[in-house]
Amino acid sequence: MTIPLVEAVEVSRRFSRKLDYAEKIANLFGAGLEEKTVHAVDGVDLAVYPGEVVGLVGESGCGKSTLGRIMAGIMPPSDGEVRWQGKSLTALQGDEKRAMRLSAQMIFQDPMSTLNPRKRVIDLIGEAPKVHGIVKGRKVRDYVASLTERVGLDASYLDRYPHQFSGGQRQRIGIARALAVKPKLLVCDESVAALDVSIQAQILNLFMDLKREFGLTYLFISHDLGVVKHICDRVVVMYLGRVVESATPDELFDNPKHPYTQALIRELPSVTDRRRVFTPIKGEIPSPLHPPPGCHFHPRCPKAFDRCRVERPVLKKNGPGHISACHLNDLSVTETKNATAETAI
Amino acid sequence: MTPVLEVRNLSTHFMTRRGVLKAVDDVSFTVGQREIVGLVGESGSGKSITGFSILGLVDPPGRVVNGQILFNGGDLLKMSPTAMRTIRGKRIAMIFQDPMMTLNPVLSVGTQMIETVQAHDRVSRAEARARSRDALGLVGIPSPEERLDSYPHQFSGGMRQRVAIAIALLHRPDLIIADEPTTALDVTIQSQILFEIKRLAAEFGMALIWISHDLGVVAALADRIMVMYAGRIVEAGQVDGVLSEPRHPYTSGLLSAVPAAVPRGEPLRPIPGFAPSPLSRPSGCAFRDRCARATDICATEPMLEIAAGREFRCFHPHLWSAA
Repeated sequence: MTIPLVEAVEVSRRFSRKLDYAEKIANLFGAGLEEKTVHAVDGVDLAVYPGEVVGLVGESGCGKSTLGRIMAGIMPPSDGEVRWQGKSLTALQGDEKRAMRLSAQMIFQDPMSTLNPRKRVIDLIGEAPKVHGIVKGRKVRDYVASLTERVGLDASYLDRYPHQFSGGQRQRIGIARALAVKPKLLVCDESVAALDVSIQAQILNLFMDLKREFGLTYLFISHDLGVVKHICDRVVVMYLGRVVESATPDELFDNPKHPYTQALIRELPSVTDRRRVFTPIKGEIPSPLHPPPGCHFHPRCPKAFDRCRVERPVLKKNGPGHISACHLNDLSVTETKNATAETAI
Repeated sequence: MTPVLEVRNLSTHFMTRRGVLKAVDDVSFTVGQREIVGLVGESGSGKSITGFSILGLVDPPGRVVNGQILFNGGDLLKMSPTAMRTIRGKRIAMIFQDPMMTLNPVLSVGTQMIETVQAHDRVSRAEARARSRDALGLVGIPSPEERLDSYPHQFSGGMRQRVAIAIALLHRPDLIIADEPTTALDVTIQSQILFEIKRLAAEFGMALIWISHDLGVVAALADRIMVMYAGRIVEAGQVDGVLSEPRHPYTSGLLSAVPAAVPRGEPLRPIPGFAPSPLSRPSGCAFRDRCARATDICATEPMLEIAAGREFRCFHPHLWSAA
């Protein structure tokens, strides 16, 4: 059994807004105001094995970015534990901790807001490897030049500033910066979402080339199922802070178990499969401030029944490498039909 | 049947300090009654500026330098600002990508809608309010009466876009121009909006120009598609025809760059290179530097070819057996 490169165990993350002074004073007079808490991630288990490309999909506010940051080690979880190569992050000390930090790098959606506009490319990419002693001062320029060429940027651009590049080129700078510290894991948070389709294809190809060349592992966060299907070995679907389904892309697209996954796949606009009618699922994504009880998806689910309103479904095995969290899993085929028929009436 | 909109040789240029930026360059197209037309292209291709030009929303240093925009027969470019105001929002409405930018954050949705009604029709406030409420109900906003008193920030992104659509519908326009209206929305919410807009366009017999970079959305929604590249329409025709048998190499390049076009895990096929800077476009076909089919003749301007309901600008179009 191989040890996961990074593993989240029962990880939760809450964001609360503390009461301000006026509200605290109001409470002294009996206003009864409470802190507002968002459950961004709610008891998630996720293991990423070396060499794997794991896709994390879901709609805005489902907690996929928060989970990505927790697994990259840049945000501590409120509950639960993140393990790096089997060791808890909180137990790592000194050199070990620094090595872990360098080994997990993030690539963000908008490189314009993550690249310092007042620094040149040479410093943006070269600073971290120099500070961490990966490369000696005099050799930084050659090192950065080899990295930029690897990601498809001309070495003559080293003295330019971020605003002098196009969106796709800036994303390449972000990738070169992540690669500069020789990472094992890249967490890509919507890294191709803002790019035009032909540039997006160039960057996705680059990701796959780099994976082969440097033996990288990816946690690929995206709302775009088409992209995730193409490059990932395993797809994890999140809804309102919880994992609802996980499977290989082929299995997930051919045989989705959770009604939410089914809706996502059905509603994906596609050029190859031209669908002229829309059968959208009803309702809004609920506020993570007050998530519905039981299964978070039940208010929008066409197949919801009484149990879904009270009991949180647990992830159960549907087949090899396929798990989903839905109470329909416990019903036999005939019961499923009956339950659906009842809600239809 | 006369078309709702006929754009002839439209050119919109921006006079910048670094030179003339030809955002829209000699663009011609028509939109028939009840027709849904998708206008697709990558960022900087001029698709949004085309929409803005129709409504006279181009700000200096930009200017429509040439062309005609015939709306129900009258040239919008020759109209006085006062006459234009009776058309904008009344006969032609626009929906933008980000309703948070177009809705006033300090006025309730109801106030903004009543203002829109009264800007064009002399009706009482009560009647304007009733019409606003009906419009909100029409786009699928629950309890519209109460929601009239809500402010934009109290709506979710999808609901705000519904409000923007409701405002566009207030005067039952002949034409709606929608600029990337679902780009910022999640898949399930996007699907709801597409469903509603398709239903409403059919119900009220509206024509629609849907500007998007997402070929999948246009494929599902539009009757006809126009592909823009570097300020020009390079190909136009029925959606099924253009997407199944593209004639222009740029259209086929776009179609093969999407992940679904290749088997899972295999390298994608991006279009090589980058779009040229709009300040220094090459002469002739602007796509030739990225085109595998380009030859010397591409340095001259390709004329618009019209064949079997399909228009394209290319010297070396793809040939399909049926054509």
